[in-house]
Amino acid sequence: MLEEIGNNEDGDLVINVGPQHPATHGVLHLVITLNGETIKKVEPHLGYIHRSIEKMCESLTYRQFIYVTSRMDYLSSHINNHACALIIEKGMQIEVPPRAQVIRVLLDELTRIASHELWWGAMAMDLGAFTPFFHAFREREVINDIMEETCGARLTMNYMVPGGVLDDIHPNFIPSVKEFIKLYKRKIDEYAEMVTGNIIFQNRMKNVGILSAEDAISFGCSGPTLRACGVSCDVRKIYPYEIYNQLDFEEVLETSGDSFARYMVRIREMNQSVRIIEQLIDNIPEGEFQAKTKAVIKLPKSEFYQRVETARGEFGIYIVSEGGTTPYRIKFRSPGFSNLSALDHIARGGKIGDLVAMMGTLDLVIPDIDR
Amino acid sequence: MENQDLQLAITEIFPSAIFEEGSEWPTLTIEPDQWLSLAEQIRNQQTLWFDYMFCLTCVDWKTHLTMVYHLSSTKYRHNLVVKAKLDLAKPQIETISHIWRTAEFHEREVYEMFGVNFLHHPDLRLLILPDGWEGKNPLLKNFEDPINMIKL
Repeated sequence: MLEEIGNNEDGDLVINVGPQHPATHGVLHLVITLNGETIKKVEPHLGYIHRSIEKMCESLTYRQFIYVTSRMDYLSSHINNHACALIIEKGMQIEVPPRAQVIRVLLDELTRIASHELWWGAMAMDLGAFTPFFHAFREREVINDIMEETCGARLTMNYMVPGGVLDDIHPNFIPSVKEFIKLYKRKIDEYAEMVTGNIIFQNRMKNVGILSAEDAISFGCSGPTLRACGVSCDVRKIYPYEIYNQLDFEEVLETSGDSFARYMVRIREMNQSVRIIEQLIDNIPEGEFQAKTKAVIKLPKSEFYQRVETARGEFGIYIVSEGGTTPYRIKFRSPGFSNLSALDHIARGGKIGDLVAMMGTLDLVIPDIDR
Repeated sequence: MENQDLQLAITEIFPSAIFEEGSEWPTLTIEPDQWLSLAEQIRNQQTLWFDYMFCLTCVDWKTHLTMVYHLSSTKYRHNLVVKAKLDLAKPQIETISHIWRTAEFHEREVYEMFGVNFLHHPDLRLLILPDGWEGKNPLLKNFEDPINMIKL
């Protein structure tokens, strides 16, 4: 049951943050117990945007369920779709043409940049700086336009299908991406000057929300949240899928585990994504963009698991198949759900004013948590 | 460790383990009351070191429920799947949220969605469903909701 709002029997103040609050970025509801300004407990209440996607998928065919996954982590929808395509290809043993593989990785990395851009702007806004938000959206808009041209959608792309991609890339794709890379390289220094190097900003982030490597692993954190503690966990490196093992990029690691480390991991990760795009954009092989697949997909009676690295961390799909056209049971392991569970741990003992700095750097996307 | 070595190492500490054939990762099925001691051993033994639980879920097989735990090691990078069969009439299993803290949230989700009772869980309450939820657990196969359609 919900705790009473107001003073509890220990004399601590219990307050609500959310479900409608600008700093929770969506309908996250936190019940916070405060002693003066010090946080004693943070208790997340979920479910405000729960759509029971797992149950819904049990009545959708393997071609249909991909479309629902775009609605979970809507900032990484390409990467979610990618995981679905990969798990079906694994089950059906479909060989994906090289052209499709390269296009997929290109789009994944563009998505990662777009997602981190949005996070960067929104997080700076949480900490009281409004201008970066517009700067981030200006660059993100360019990526969205590229996506719109090629995929036909700006947010929920549904462009990856079993066997490849839905359609060939738009003729403008390669020049537009190159244009974006040029623009991005000019702007990233501007970001550093405006926010990263800002002393006020640094003071608000450093030594705030410290998470030790051991705790982060125990809480099942992944992605930039875990890498900020110095633990190598990039799925692209450890369990490579598609063509990631042939690419030259670094896994970004920081060691301090505080909000600033999580911030730096994401900023540096964008540069790595650009590095991947630069390697591939001139080397898209000719050929088919989609392998020939059966019209009706039936996975063999077995169990499958596929993980990918989204912008927020390790996203996994677990499918139990009974050999039919629909999955018998499907489970989405969303990175945000596990990252959120660490919030109570890192916030305890901190100040209420720092809560947004902690939440902001966990990069929570609520539909991804609720599913 | 490769799958085969892993299988051998686990059989050594747990002779009654039965492994499934043909799965991507070693998959073993255990009795629910063996879970806690196995969990402690595979987490703490230096050569196994399964410190990362990346997925915890449940499957409704209509005749019984199956808990499915996906584990990996951040040190050795090997993976393991552990399954435990639960009785549908009275599904219960020991919590492992003190070993892998991520399980605290995941077990709460399974508790409300499947009705599995996690013994000695520190805070077993509804997480996603609204307070005062009555009726069946939504992810069970026999769940029907005439008002909010969930079938397409």
